[in-house]
Amino acid sequence: MGEEYILQVKDLHTSFFTDSGEVKAVNGVTFNLAPGKILGIVGESGSGKSVTAYSIMQILASTGRIVSGEVLYKGQDITKFDKKQMKGFRGKCCSIIFQDPMTSLNPVFTIGNQLMEAILLHTDKDKKQAKDRAIEMLELVGVNEPQKRIKQYPHELSGGMRQRVMIAMALACEPDILIADEPTTALDVTIQAQILELMQELQKKLGMAIIMVTHDLGVIADMCDEIIVMYGGRVCERGTAEDIFYRPAHEYTKGLLRSIPKADGSKERLVPIAGTPINLLNMPKGCAFCARCDEAMKICLTEVPPQVQMPDGHYSCCWLAYKQLYEAQKGESAR
Amino acid sequence: MVTYDPQYILMVDELKKYFPIKGGMMSKAVGQVKAVDGVTFNLKRGTTMGLVGESGCGKTTTGRTILRLSGEKTGGQVLFNGKEVYDLSKKEMRALRTKMQIIFQDPFSSLSPRLPVGEIIGEAVREHDLVSKAEFNDYIDTVMDECGLQPFHKARYPHEFSGGQRQRICIARALALNPEFIVCDEPVSALDVSIQAQIINLLKSLQRQRNLTYLFISHDLSVVEHISDVVGVMYLGNLVEYGRTEDIFRNPLHPYTKALFSAIPIPDPKAKMNRIVLEGTIPSPANPPSGCKFHTRCANCTQRCKEEAPVQREVEDGHYVVCHLYDK
Repeated sequence: MGEEYILQVKDLHTSFFTDSGEVKAVNGVTFNLAPGKILGIVGESGSGKSVTAYSIMQILASTGRIVSGEVLYKGQDITKFDKKQMKGFRGKCCSIIFQDPMTSLNPVFTIGNQLMEAILLHTDKDKKQAKDRAIEMLELVGVNEPQKRIKQYPHELSGGMRQRVMIAMALACEPDILIADEPTTALDVTIQAQILELMQELQKKLGMAIIMVTHDLGVIADMCDEIIVMYGGRVCERGTAEDIFYRPAHEYTKGLLRSIPKADGSKERLVPIAGTPINLLNMPKGCAFCARCDEAMKICLTEVPPQVQMPDGHYSCCWLAYKQLYEAQKGESAR
Repeated sequence: MVTYDPQYILMVDELKKYFPIKGGMMSKAVGQVKAVDGVTFNLKRGTTMGLVGESGCGKTTTGRTILRLSGEKTGGQVLFNGKEVYDLSKKEMRALRTKMQIIFQDPFSSLSPRLPVGEIIGEAVREHDLVSKAEFNDYIDTVMDECGLQPFHKARYPHEFSGGQRQRICIARALALNPEFIVCDEPVSALDVSIQAQIINLLKSLQRQRNLTYLFISHDLSVVEHISDVVGVMYLGNLVEYGRTEDIFRNPLHPYTKALFSAIPIPDPKAKMNRIVLEGTIPSPANPPSGCKFHTRCANCTQRCKEEAPVQREVEDGHYVVCHLYDK
């Protein structure tokens, strides 16, 4: 079991227990990640994409906790790991890059110091070797003059350079999985292009699996093997990049694709998704998206939609897709 | 010096804005950040001009300097309806403020948390005596309705609203003064994709109804392409290319524009990405490179680019570029 996949997330539920009640941020998320593949998680703010990533790393805020579900790393359930095992898991097996390179580096330690910390912790290298490794890593991520950089502090570097340092730090111990939580959102487009290029190059070179969390459909389109679309803490749709962009089977995905301005210069009116994102404190009984869905049916209000399987592992959690599939099957059997 | 042409609501000529760098014991100015360093463009009434560029290129400062929101300008001219904005007296400026408004990027910090929405929108209307007391309430209701807000929202406070609705409040606040010109400073950058489209559609329909002129500042190129009639591309305080949206996007001329556009991630897995990845980062505007400011990152850099700053020239009808490559 678990041979084929490096990471399996099964029916993950993560909640935050706040003064105003339980916020179900992740509400039954299931996915598998094969070694060396890139998985994209897209969704709006509050859709639970970052919390899913944090749940895997178990770095949730103090009010948050995994309520149920399993996260299997090479067949082992890491939600059952104790603190020490978890320390070994983070950095060595799986590491994370955060959105904001401005705040995710410690301002009072040098770049070299922060890079070496992880290396010293996870490997039996001595200080000298760790330093060499740190310089090697900085070279790998394209930081110029690494000898000089390791003595510098984060404020002396630009945003793009800091994000490179973050990537170097994450990859220093050669993890099997890299989680990138909006790695380019805080960067300019030209710098974003540099970082995305770098990530793809490193992925080819080192062969780790990447979970790419983002709200930008453009970023994941040409990069991910597989994409999951999240809304209201649930997975709406899962499929290959082509499934999601050319054959979207969930009304939310369709809406998202309609609402981005097309790059073909057409000036036609955009079709926005009406309404506002849902309040996780007050989740509807049925489909999370039904209040904003143009095609909502009666059943959407009361029942959580099932997973509707389509060819090649593409599935959608939508009653409409269910209905269409059911009708198609009925038509076939009548014939 | 430019002469006033009535078809243009706004004429900006060689606008410069430098900020002093203070240092040392006596806080003396030890240097200058050349945030806007000679920007020239004209804006036709009822159209939208998009201003794009990376962070730190001076697009926001350009917007604010046009509105006379960041102290005195360092040089150049801003003609609004033919009048130099910086020559107006305090009283005249106050009257003009109703005609030129701004919508800020972050709807979370640009609304006072202590005022109810009706007051946020109505405060300036009352200050400037735009409508009589009897009509006041109805007037605010109409403006709110135009922006997709309900009358009962008036008594609520900003924290009760989502990001998209707050941006509607910001738009209503600007609109209530019946302006002719609005600077939209990254109005959709802080919003989710599904909400972005709502706000863009709202801005477009308001423009049609009221013949508004927008200066639309954004780093999101696909949004700018969608909403703008003309586009200006900025790099380190200069407008490097400027022209009609179709010309700029179909036929970008400046090497920076080309690289910038090639870096836009396209939401289509089959689209071929011929990214021109620029080396390095944007230099500091306190110490810009000599000659053409882009030469440190430019693939077509020649010796001349390092020494001599290029000037703006019209390559095709209405399409301007600042680059030595197009010298004939």
